[in-house]
Amino acid sequence: MRRVGRQEEIRAELFEHTLNGHAPEVKTLTEEALALGMDPMDILFKALIPSLEEVGRRFEKGDFFVPEMLIAARAMQGALVILRPLIAETGAQPVGRYVIGTVKGDIHDIGKNLCVIMLEGAGFEVFDLGVNTPPEKFVAAVEEHKPDVVGFSAFLTTTMPMFKANIEALTKAGLRDKVHIAVGGAPVTLEYAKHVGADSYAPDASMATRMAKELVGDRSQSSTGAQALEQAVMKIDETLRKG
Amino acid sequence: METRVSSRGREVVISGDRPFVIIGERINPTGRKVLAAEMKDGVMDRVRADAEAQAAAGAQMLDVNAGIPAVDEPALLVAAIQAVMQVTDVPICIDSSIIEALEAGLSAYEGKALVNSVTAEEERMERILPLVKKHGAAVIGMANDETGISMVPEERLALARRIVERAADHGIPQADVIIDPIAMTVAADPTCGVITLQTMRLIRDELGNNMTCGASNVSFGLPDRATVNAAFLPLAMHAGLTCAITNPLEPHVRRAILAGDLLLGHDEYAMRWISTYRADLALAGRAQGAPPKPGSP
Repeated sequence: MRRVGRQEEIRAELFEHTLNGHAPEVKTLTEEALALGMDPMDILFKALIPSLEEVGRRFEKGDFFVPEMLIAARAMQGALVILRPLIAETGAQPVGRYVIGTVKGDIHDIGKNLCVIMLEGAGFEVFDLGVNTPPEKFVAAVEEHKPDVVGFSAFLTTTMPMFKANIEALTKAGLRDKVHIAVGGAPVTLEYAKHVGADSYAPDASMATRMAKELVGDRSQSSTGAQALEQAVMKIDETLRKG
Repeated sequence: METRVSSRGREVVISGDRPFVIIGERINPTGRKVLAAEMKDGVMDRVRADAEAQAAAGAQMLDVNAGIPAVDEPALLVAAIQAVMQVTDVPICIDSSIIEALEAGLSAYEGKALVNSVTAEEERMERILPLVKKHGAAVIGMANDETGISMVPEERLALARRIVERAADHGIPQADVIIDPIAMTVAADPTCGVITLQTMRLIRDELGNNMTCGASNVSFGLPDRATVNAAFLPLAMHAGLTCAITNPLEPHVRRAILAGDLLLGHDEYAMRWISTYRADLALAGRAQGAPPKPGSP
């Protein structure tokens, strides 16, 4: 009985400390949880991911600010470093795959990076193509990674037309119907997204993540449930370490 | 070094030996839905009102941007510039990432404009600098290139130098190049502020050019942005910033700049500080003690 009680406490504390971006505490608690025999999936799904989702909700409401989102993600990554090898053994699939990049001619990356963090926190396997990404690189990444969603970010009215160029390149490669296309960036509007033939538009990183989750929602439930998220999340921090 | 810009009726001198120049940032539809919707329909009432309000609040120049997706930006930028010229003689900073829009704006403008902006990207330098020369304008040179924004101050300095040298190749005097050392938000990376300030000191000491920046960028993603912006400006002024694209309608920002000028010795006998204080006091008094309008209860 006492041990179960401690497990409950650990979940609550992990949630709180991740929410507040306390990386050392999150790491210590994760180690303690594993020592108690808690399932890595349990730690991820019942503590870490819900916490990062709460971060996203608060950010959308305007209660949380950019640095808080960043340190929460960093705290979670500390736990993922520990959990990743354990989850890898289960062979679980990610909740979804997401290819993202800032379009050609554009080097703004704050918004795009926030998307990467939130998507990874939600269990997506994210392929970040960086900034100044030419259409052919998007095409190659979609071909190679077969993502559920490809996201284009643009911060300038001059570079927004690259959305259309990218979509045309995907169409030409015969990939347009195989991937959901999301767009975003400061000057972008829903109207413009429709105008260029994108499938969705999100005003911020948190919303982009929610929409992506809804999109792949059905499939992740029909897969091995919660397990799916894990591997993706591990990839997250692999990507981040490379970056 | 003195950068001179002008309208039909007014000349503004930007220099490290003079009071700081505020370039009003408000005429920019990015993130301003109502303004964007009106501009798109060719309604320029809000543009005119923003121009007048910013000029009254101490903006000595006005940035004009018409960056709305899927519109004829050159035509819209010209319309916005003309609207501003109708209501104020404050010189204009023509702001677009579309070269055709810069060209149209320069052709429509009466005076010596400031072009916002060129970067150290080869293609942009080779297309924009000849336009600047042709119209006898000044230009903002942003210290980044095709590879992005460096986080090493010395590298930004090298890009600034490249722009200054390339401008000279096109016959544009050094004084007509205002360098933007690039301000980025400290919300994403807390070192951004010191990197920008260090870049400013380097550019001031090594090149001596006037400098501007999008000062409000520093606080993106943070609460109470005005206070952060207001603290940043005097730090930047001390590091060599001589003008900034910012919001003079924000009292914190305007007062921080006035106080910075005073503390840096650019406000003799504190006359601007005192007269602004009195004007604000009078405004507040009028607002509070205004006699009731006839017919009101």
